[in-house]
Amino acid sequence: MTAPALWRDLRRFTDARVGLGRVGTAQPTAAHLDFQEAHARARDAVWSALDVPALEAGIARPVLRVRSAAADRREYLLRPDLGRRLAEGTALPRAPGCIALVVADGLCATGVQRHAPGVLDLLIPTLPLPAAPVVVAELARVALGDDIAEAMGAAAVVVLIGERPGLSATDSLGLYITWAPRRGRTDAERNCISNIRPGGLSCADAAAKAAWLLRAAQALGATGVALKDDMALPAP
Amino acid sequence: MAPGRGIIAAMPFAQTVAGTRYVFDDLKTLLARATPFRSGDALAGLAAGSAAERVAAQRALADLPLARFLTEAVIPYEADDVTRLIIDRHDAGAFAPVRSLTVGGLRDWLLAAEPAAVTALAPGLTPEMAAAVSKIMRVADLMQVAAKCRVVTRFRNTIGLPGTLSIRLQPNHPTDDARGIAAGVLDGLLLGAGDAVIGVNPATDNVDAVMGVLRMLDTVRDRFAIPTQTCVLSHVTTTMLAMQRGAPVDLVFQSIGGTQATNASFGVTLALLKEARDQALALRRGTLGDNVMYFETGQGSALSAGAHHGVDQQTLEARAYAVAREYAPLLVNSVVGFIGPEYLFDSKQILRAGMEDHFCGKLLGLPMGVDVCYTNHAEADQDDMDALLACLAVAGVTYVMGVPGADDVMLAYQSTSFHDGLTARALLGKRAAPEFEAWLDRMGIGGDDERIPARLSPALIGLA
Repeated sequence: MTAPALWRDLRRFTDARVGLGRVGTAQPTAAHLDFQEAHARARDAVWSALDVPALEAGIARPVLRVRSAAADRREYLLRPDLGRRLAEGTALPRAPGCIALVVADGLCATGVQRHAPGVLDLLIPTLPLPAAPVVVAELARVALGDDIAEAMGAAAVVVLIGERPGLSATDSLGLYITWAPRRGRTDAERNCISNIRPGGLSCADAAAKAAWLLRAAQALGATGVALKDDMALPAP
Repeated sequence: MAPGRGIIAAMPFAQTVAGTRYVFDDLKTLLARATPFRSGDALAGLAAGSAAERVAAQRALADLPLARFLTEAVIPYEADDVTRLIIDRHDAGAFAPVRSLTVGGLRDWLLAAEPAAVTALAPGLTPEMAAAVSKIMRVADLMQVAAKCRVVTRFRNTIGLPGTLSIRLQPNHPTDDARGIAAGVLDGLLLGAGDAVIGVNPATDNVDAVMGVLRMLDTVRDRFAIPTQTCVLSHVTTTMLAMQRGAPVDLVFQSIGGTQATNASFGVTLALLKEARDQALALRRGTLGDNVMYFETGQGSALSAGAHHGVDQQTLEARAYAVAREYAPLLVNSVVGFIGPEYLFDSKQILRAGMEDHFCGKLLGLPMGVDVCYTNHAEADQDDMDALLACLAVAGVTYVMGVPGADDVMLAYQSTSFHDGLTARALLGKRAAPEFEAWLDRMGIGGDDERIPARLSPALIGLA
């Protein structure tokens, strides 16, 4: 390819809104309306709910269902504390020494629906410890995984959770790993892999990185700031 | 015993409004009830129960002597290293001009004072004093007083001079792809952005990946001889590791909060921040100055981490600025709308918080910028950001963000675009940092040509 001579040619390198041109100091009409349309789509995606039966069919393993203590989507948005706690009376089987696997809707269910089964398929055979039954959690924040894993007696927890929708991607999945999970763990005690989606990190790369982090966490006995992602990069 | 160590028992405050008597048990309760309504304080159970209770608290707060803040800490001295930093660093000499005033008296003093007097006050004010006075000020008051504060910092250029508005160029990419980031950098440069910093939020905290982005940004800066600084906003410990391995680190970034436990939730301590700063200073990469730190903050982080000690989120945000100023940063910004609607529900709350954060930061002597932004589950849109950006620019905000088309494709939120930065500069007659402005002129940037100027050939930075 030849080097771009025109400003708009920069678009071939990134999905970011580069090379828009300008009218005075403002964006041209078409670019402005493209943005408005993308914002409208993202706003609608915020309220997308998880289709649990479809998700279960995709996972092809025994699946347990739980909900957080939040009553509905609006309460979930405004009360993050409730989204971090299991609903009263939730019972889960014990899985001591296992890795708990939680699939959570988060702020946008689309990415979970599309990518969580693929990541789990690739990740489960490479786990350094046995996998606990998969738990599908609705109205869930990341820290709900601590509650779930503590109830199961798991050694670690992997939470696959929908990331909030942006303008250019409404199907992004996040993955959080917490060693020795229990209620009250902070975000500095987790490792995160984000932007799992087409155009971001592939399911295969995400699963490989998660497996690397879990093995490193097992060796270190911890996740979070103490565990540096020092996985070798693939040759360019 | 030194003051501030809890030797004076908390005394209740009382105020009657419209025939009802309201009692506030202690200083932190008074501050919380006096705060304009926001969802995070309601979530924490700290917000006033009614508009009348709020104004009663504001009246009681206005009558409070400033000296009280030196004897009653909102979080005990023994329990929190941020409180210790605040009390131990308080400059009684700088405080002298206002030491006999009440909070209400301070508001009047600030509005009437000359810029030099307001600027000189910074080391004499505690964050709680700044937060308290902001709670009895309107947005116009916050603008007027912030505009008087002079804060100038330097690394490879000069940031914060009167009449300037700098832009952080934020060319994030969902996989940290070098060419994707480079295209974002070039786009921003062509639209006059990047004098605050060219700063990438990495998609991964992988050390090699972070080092790769650091090298690429340094190459771009070097090839085009841009008088600015670059930064990868990874965790401070990752940046320290990158420095040890020889990566070209200009600025050390870290998110910080207003309590010891909040900082612990970010995986940092005050000692760690000092160590990182010392490490960056030893690289001696700054040509005009040695402001090597870059901090981000935001209301709600303490509550999110369960580390708020019953203190309202705006007061805690101001306390984060006491942490920041300990390390002489080049740049500090609140990421005001990023945290989400559970802390700032809608555009009204985001606008108020953004103006408070800028005011408190400036009053405490920081080079304060604001990420004018919102997420897609907040009740806000780009019109609201235009209003906040305009208010901040009038208030003399040090810098704002420049994101391609205002859409961050990695962090999935909306901020201000390169165009927005140009518009704010044009509307208010603001200019870029002088060294950067001279560079823009040299490179032939700012014309109406669709063609990229030859001196900025994309091939020079690997775009071919």
